[in-house]
Amino acid sequence: MSTNEITVTAEKGTSLWEDAWIKLRKNRLALIGLGLLLSLCVISLLTPWIAPYGYEEQNLLMGATPPSAEHWLGTDIFGRDMLTRIMWGGRVSLMVGFIATAVALAIGVIYGAVAGYIGGRVDMVMMRLVDILYALPFMIFIILLMVVFGRNLLLLFFAIGAVEWLTMARIVRGQVMSLRKQEFVEAAHSLGLSQWIIIRRHIIPNTLGPVIVYTTLTIPSVMLLEAFLSFLGLGIQPPQSSWGLLINYGVETMEEYPWLLIFPGVALSLTLFALNFLGDGLRDALDPRTSKD
Amino acid sequence: MFKFALGRLLQAIPVLLVVITMTFMLVHSAPGGPFSADKAVPEEVLKALEAQYNLDQPLWQQYLSYLGDVVQGDMGPSFKYPGRNVNELIMSGLSTTAELGFYAMLVAIFIGVIAGVTASMRPNTMQDYVPMTAAMIGICMPSFLLGPLLVLVFGIHLEWLPVSGWNEIPGDKIMPAITLGTGYAAYIARLSRGGMLEVLSQDYIRTARAKGLSEFLIISKHALRGGLIPVVAFLGPAFAGLLGGSFVVETIFQIPGLGRFYVQAAFNRDYTMILGTTVFFATLIILFNLLSDMLAIWLNPKLRQQVRGDS
Repeated sequence: MSTNEITVTAEKGTSLWEDAWIKLRKNRLALIGLGLLLSLCVISLLTPWIAPYGYEEQNLLMGATPPSAEHWLGTDIFGRDMLTRIMWGGRVSLMVGFIATAVALAIGVIYGAVAGYIGGRVDMVMMRLVDILYALPFMIFIILLMVVFGRNLLLLFFAIGAVEWLTMARIVRGQVMSLRKQEFVEAAHSLGLSQWIIIRRHIIPNTLGPVIVYTTLTIPSVMLLEAFLSFLGLGIQPPQSSWGLLINYGVETMEEYPWLLIFPGVALSLTLFALNFLGDGLRDALDPRTSKD
Repeated sequence: MFKFALGRLLQAIPVLLVVITMTFMLVHSAPGGPFSADKAVPEEVLKALEAQYNLDQPLWQQYLSYLGDVVQGDMGPSFKYPGRNVNELIMSGLSTTAELGFYAMLVAIFIGVIAGVTASMRPNTMQDYVPMTAAMIGICMPSFLLGPLLVLVFGIHLEWLPVSGWNEIPGDKIMPAITLGTGYAAYIARLSRGGMLEVLSQDYIRTARAKGLSEFLIISKHALRGGLIPVVAFLGPAFAGLLGGSFVVETIFQIPGLGRFYVQAAFNRDYTMILGTTVFFATLIILFNLLSDMLAIWLNPKLRQQVRGDS
């Protein structure tokens, strides 16, 4: 009978974050995405130690071979191990994704928060500028930038970050503006709390949700942009490599050696998949409107 | 509505000015000129060439004279294709790119709306999961990967469709259109599902159900108009993206369109061509954003009132 004992526990409120974590744990696809992403990050960090072959190791006599026991994903036309190259390429692709997103995040959050918090005429001017920038054909500018100033990794971060911050600024501004008018913020004001405490206790935590969600969704679009540029020959340059560049090489020889296209393609698509599912899952989890069920 | 459109067109002028100025400065700050790639051009020839294209004048003078020409609709002569005007080159590429974009959009809207509406009819069932997972795959499969894979399977192995070209062999437009359209189909599917879900929970749909209308009539007569508003709002930006995407698709399938012209012009440092294409793209994007906003206003009575109230 011991299993049927009634235990009385104190009702404990769950915070937004605990709530979100509970919801996220139920979303299997998002969890798979998270797991995949974490393992990719670990693999990327450890690549110099765990890659099966050296990055520059060539075996011209062997040439391109299909997947085998020694080379799980085959070798390219110079006899270089594909698994090794995809691991190193992933490092660059992920790094571009994270750093460029961080640039966009920093600019977008600060810009949007300032516009939303000050409001009035300042806000109008700042947002009109964002509108103008939105109308610019950015893809064209990035291509131009890369052609004009050479293919520089730093410039690539800057260029991609400069494009992606616009939406972030809009999201943060909208969130901050609506928060400022909420009753609980007014209540905090009337309780005599300082501006700084209100920002820290109420504005930042309530803006964090949409920012996290959008960040998760920005990373894949940034990685895609990098791959796109590398594919056109305007992004990462050899001897460095990224998944976009590997796909570009793969396309050239896909008739004879299709695995050179397929494996980097799978790597890129899987990563984008993981990030998008995680982003969607986070959006559902952090939205207080979705029921706890 | 007219006032709204006029206001937006007036707003476009400073945007275009910024575009022209930024591109002009970027292009002219590039190391190496358009003629530096040609091997061993004698000094005098180079000077003559530069004089012919006004490159020997001070930068601000070049800028002003270019601006004057553009206002009159003249984009100047191309540097790399002697004797040909940039206007001419753009027009010759435009018809191809426009056709490709049109087919791609057809693919995108057709597949996207059907998938999204199907999914929204029975949320959280198989009928929802299957099209939405497919849409996610479409989003995660960039055109530069999808295109070659399609070529590999349908062009090289099955030999059903030609692997490249445009307007040469029947069927050579199918793969480029699908390659370019798939990503947008995926977005449209997600947007229309979201929009439809929102609309289907409204009272007037319940009323329609209570009247005993068939599911088909409810969807097509009552829900679609409201449910597709997010899709319509997406079409403007999508068009801009379509132009960007056409760079890749035109490269993969060797289609002589604007996208390929642009990439070549950028590599060749063909200043007038780069400037001309950029200005042209920017104008197109602004126009299409305006069109999609006007369509959204026409579809949404609430927005219509707002616009009337403003003017």
